[in-house]
Amino acid sequence: MGDCHNCPVATLPPPPVQIRRRVVAIVGPPNSGKSTLFNRLTGLRQKVANFPGVTVEHRMGRVKLDAGREVYVVDLPGVYSLDPRTEDERVTHDVLSGAMKDMQRPDAVLLILDSTNLSRHLLLAAPVLSLGLPTLVILNMADDLQSRGGTIDSTELGMQLGAPVALVSASKGNGVEKVFQFLSGATLGAAAKAPLIELPVLQDIPKCRAWAAKVGNKTKYHAPAPPIWTRRLDSVFLHPVVGPLVFLLVVIAVFQSIFYGAQPLMDAVDAAREASGQWMGAHLSNAALRSLVVDGIWGGVGSVIKFLPQILFLFLFIGVLEDSGYLARAALIADRTMARFGLQGKSFIPLLSAYACAVPAIMATRTIENKRDRIATILIAPFMTCSARLPVYTLVIAAFIPQKPVLGFLLGAQAAVLLGLYVLGFLAAILTARLLKSTVLKSSRSSFVLEMPPYRWPTLRSLTLRLFDRSKVFLRRAGTVILAVAIVIWVLAHVPLIGGAPPAIAKSFAGQIGHAVEPVIQPLGFNWKIGIGLITSLAARETIVSTLGTIYGMEGSEHSLGLQQALRQDLTPAGAAALLVFFAFALQCMSTIAVVRRETGGWKWPAIQFGYMTLVAYVFAFLTNRVISFWV
Amino acid sequence: MSGKKKSRSKQPANRNLTDLKRGEAGILDRIELPPDESRRLMEMGFVPGHTVVPAHAAPGGDPRVFRVDGSEIALRRETAVRLILRPDESATG
Repeated sequence: MGDCHNCPVATLPPPPVQIRRRVVAIVGPPNSGKSTLFNRLTGLRQKVANFPGVTVEHRMGRVKLDAGREVYVVDLPGVYSLDPRTEDERVTHDVLSGAMKDMQRPDAVLLILDSTNLSRHLLLAAPVLSLGLPTLVILNMADDLQSRGGTIDSTELGMQLGAPVALVSASKGNGVEKVFQFLSGATLGAAAKAPLIELPVLQDIPKCRAWAAKVGNKTKYHAPAPPIWTRRLDSVFLHPVVGPLVFLLVVIAVFQSIFYGAQPLMDAVDAAREASGQWMGAHLSNAALRSLVVDGIWGGVGSVIKFLPQILFLFLFIGVLEDSGYLARAALIADRTMARFGLQGKSFIPLLSAYACAVPAIMATRTIENKRDRIATILIAPFMTCSARLPVYTLVIAAFIPQKPVLGFLLGAQAAVLLGLYVLGFLAAILTARLLKSTVLKSSRSSFVLEMPPYRWPTLRSLTLRLFDRSKVFLRRAGTVILAVAIVIWVLAHVPLIGGAPPAIAKSFAGQIGHAVEPVIQPLGFNWKIGIGLITSLAARETIVSTLGTIYGMEGSEHSLGLQQALRQDLTPAGAAALLVFFAFALQCMSTIAVVRRETGGWKWPAIQFGYMTLVAYVFAFLTNRVISFWV
Repeated sequence: MSGKKKSRSKQPANRNLTDLKRGEAGILDRIELPPDESRRLMEMGFVPGHTVVPAHAAPGGDPRVFRVDGSEIALRRETAVRLILRPDESATG
C-alpha cells in the first residue's frame, strides 16, 4: 500500500541544502482547478485546461507571504480517491503519504473541490481529512455556483468537517485572500479540530457517498441548476449530423488560418530578418565574421524564427479548444475510430496534445492505467504532427504547391496539403497502434470513462500566457540547439581552407558529409544538401530549415533567391513529396527519445521506436518518390 | 417488465443503462464489472441507488453521455451494458 519500490516517476536531484521548509500540498479531483489556484498563488504558469487529467506530475512553487516569509506549495495530479491506480494518481498518493523520494511529507493540505459538484467531490474529503494534516477546504468555482443558483453554508460545512472552508474562484481570484491567510499560518500548525460529523473509515464508496449526502444536507447544500449553455452547445456539438460537421469545419478553419492567416506576420518577420541582416553585413568589415553572422546565424536561425507567428496561431487554436471544454467532446466523437484500432479513449487526449509536442503528450500517458496501452500510446505519439514539423511542411509546401482554391473560399490547396500531412501522421499512428495491439502489446479492452466538463469561456489571461510561454520555448530552442547547429554547419561548410580561402561548399567538410550519405538518400530523391539538413534534423526537426538557410545563404550567387526558390532548384516535385513524407514519419527529435526512455524506464522502447519510425519513413519516402516520378 | 425490447427472453428484469431511452431516468442497482473498474465508475458518480439519465451520444450512438450525480460522464456501450438498473423502473425521480 504505502510502500512503493519502483515507481518510475521522474524526480529532481535532491536540493543541496536541507532546510526545513513548509510545504503545502494542493489536492483535489481532476479538473477542479488545482493548477489554476497554484498559478494564482505562486505567479507561476503550470499548464491548465478545461478537461480532466492535465497535471501528471507534482510541481513545486514558492508563495511569498507578508513579512518575508514563504511557503512552498505542491500542485498534484487530480484524484478521486487516495487509492492509486494510475501513474499520475500514484504521484499524489506518494507525496501525501511521504513516500515520494526527495520530498518531505507536506505540513498542510489545500483540498480543492468543485463547489458546483460538491456532493460527489466530498467523497475525497473523507480520506484527505483523515490524513490528520491541517487542511483548508477550498470550494472552487464559487462564482459558477452562485450564478447557477446553488448555495452552501460554508461555516456549517467547516464545523461539520472540522476544517476551515473558503469559497473561492481561482480563475477570477475571488476569495484567494483566505487561502493566503491560511498559508500565513493562522491555522497552519494548529491541530485540526474534531469534526462534528464522523468521517467514514472504510473506503467503501456507497458509504462515503451516503456520508457526503448527509454533510450536504446539514450544510444546506443546494446543487446549482444544470449549466443551460453547456446543454445547448452540446445539442449542437454532439448532434449526430451537425456535430461531426462542426468538428470538420473547426479542423479546416484551423488549417486555413495557420497557413494563410499567419502569412502577413511571417512575411513581416522575414523582412525584418533580411533588413537587419543587411544592416549587420554593412557594419561588419571582417569578411569571415560577416559571413558567420549574416549567413550562418542570421540566415540559419532567422529562417526558423520566421515560423513563430504560425506556431502561435496553432497554439491559440489549441488553447481555445482546450480551455473551452470542446476537446472532451472531440474525444467523445473520435472514440469509435480509436476503439476500432485497439486504442482506448484515454489515449485520445495525450494524442491530441501531441499535435503541439510529443514530449508533454508522452508524459500525459500517465493517466492510462493499463501498462500495455500506455506503452502503445507512447510509441505512436510521435507520429502525430508536432509543431516542429510545421516549419518544414510550410517551407516545402509553399515552394512546390500552387496557391489555388480546393473547396472554394473554405480551403486552399496549400492548406489542404498541410491538412493531408496531418491526416497522414494520424493514420500512421492508428495503424501502428493496430499492429502493436494485435501483436506484442495485446491487452483486453479497458473501459472509456470520460467526464464532460461544462463549457467555459477561455480567458484572455490564460490564452496570452500560453502564447507567451510558447514563444519563450520556441525562441529558447532557436537560441540554443538551432543556433549551435547553425554555427557548426557554418564552420563545417568553411573548412578545410584551400589556399587560405574557404572551399566551395561541395568540397567542404559539410559537403563531404553530405556526399557521403547521398547514396543512401538518393533513392528518396534527395541530394547531398538535403542530406546535410537531414543529419542536423536529428537534433530537432526544424533544424533542417536553418541548415538549408545557412547552406543556401552561402552559395553567393543564389543569395538573392529565397529559400523557396533555392529548394525548387534542388528538389524535384517527387523529391519534395518524399521529403514531406519522410518528415511525417521519422522520429527526429532528441527530446522525445529522452522522454520515452525516462517514461518506459530503459532504452528498449526508444530504440525500437526510432528504428521502426525511420524504417517507415524511408520506405514510404522511397515509394512516394518512385510513384510520383513515374507519373510526373 | 416492459416487453417491448427485442427478444430478451431470459431475464426481462435485468435492464441495463443501454435500455434507457434518451432522457428517461433509471435507478442504478449494481455494476457487473471487476472491482477496480466498478470502483472507478462509482467514484465518477455511478453509485447504486443513484438516478442515471442518458443524454447525448457520439455519432452512431456510442459512446453515450450519462447524467449522474450532477456530472456528465461518457461511457462506451460495452461498459454501459454492465450497469444494471433496478427492476422497478416506475420509481424514477
